[in-house]
Amino acid sequence: MLSSNIKGVSNGFPLKIEVEKVVEKQVEINHDFLRNIFQKIDWKAFFDASKVMGFAELPEQAPDPSVLESDLEFLRKFHHALLELHLEEGALVCPETGRKFPVNKGIPNMLLHEDEV
Amino acid sequence: MKLKQLESLLGDLQQFSNPKVELEQYPTGPHIASRLLYTAENSFDDISNKVVADFGCGCGTLGAAAALLGAEQVIGIDIDPQSLEIASVNAEDLELDIDFVHCDISKLGWRGQMVDTIVMNPPFGTRKKGADLDFLSVALKVASQAVYSLHKTSTRDHVKRAALRDLNASSAEVLCELRFDVPQLYKFHKKKEVDIAVDLWRFVPKKS
Repeated sequence: MLSSNIKGVSNGFPLKIEVEKVVEKQVEINHDFLRNIFQKIDWKAFFDASKVMGFAELPEQAPDPSVLESDLEFLRKFHHALLELHLEEGALVCPETGRKFPVNKGIPNMLLHEDEV
Repeated sequence: MKLKQLESLLGDLQQFSNPKVELEQYPTGPHIASRLLYTAENSFDDISNKVVADFGCGCGTLGAAAALLGAEQVIGIDIDPQSLEIASVNAEDLELDIDFVHCDISKLGWRGQMVDTIVMNPPFGTRKKGADLDFLSVALKVASQAVYSLHKTSTRDHVKRAALRDLNASSAEVLCELRFDVPQLYKFHKKKEVDIAVDLWRFVPKKS
């Protein structure tokens, strides 16, 4: 799941992604939604996450929001990276402590041990 | 989608096979779930094209209802792995794309208002006092638009006061009173089925 942008963790953002298996799902493109979510995304984290997941076609610098209106090709890539790539197996890694949160069957396990609370 | 159709689709979902009392796992019935989501969508435009999170999703009924009504992204979060397994089977059965996160709501580390709308049927706090308000507190920090939640009618004044005074709500409104039918799930339940009066709330978080 590539909404790593949405999934900050208490002790450090962004989580790094370790990939074992990525699956692609087809999702219908929705312009209103993409416009809305674009403003909320931490682009650097999103860019890095997409790259680790094997999709390197996004620009490294956050583009101007106007491209959402003019550049269909960009929209398609943005949509693909955001909604169609899912981390099926792997881990999310805390950048500060190196603690790994395993992802099994697409579900990240963010539960903390007792000594981490 | 019509309300009846939504209710009937939700009626086919699997519910807890082995409910855990410490988590106050009670299934959210299709009647209540369909009305909650239908109101959120049709009266307030809080669901379609939105990012919706289902807090303490259990078997995923509310999240599934949000996805059926056109939410663009739905995230179900629960502390119990067995519930999440059932929830993902439910999502698959309905061919819905829902993301699940295995996490304790009170330890959720989201940065700011990352989702638009939260729908939840929190633990009512009968086993663990204050559990419902713990959920609400986190919800009002991470939703930008609205939080829909069910709380016992008997706690109405308390919920309103706490939400407005302590929990970052700019408004707290009871949309309607519903009957939550609790089937005889646990051994300590003496009656076959009881109705509890619950309020359906809509909270609006303060802008960050």
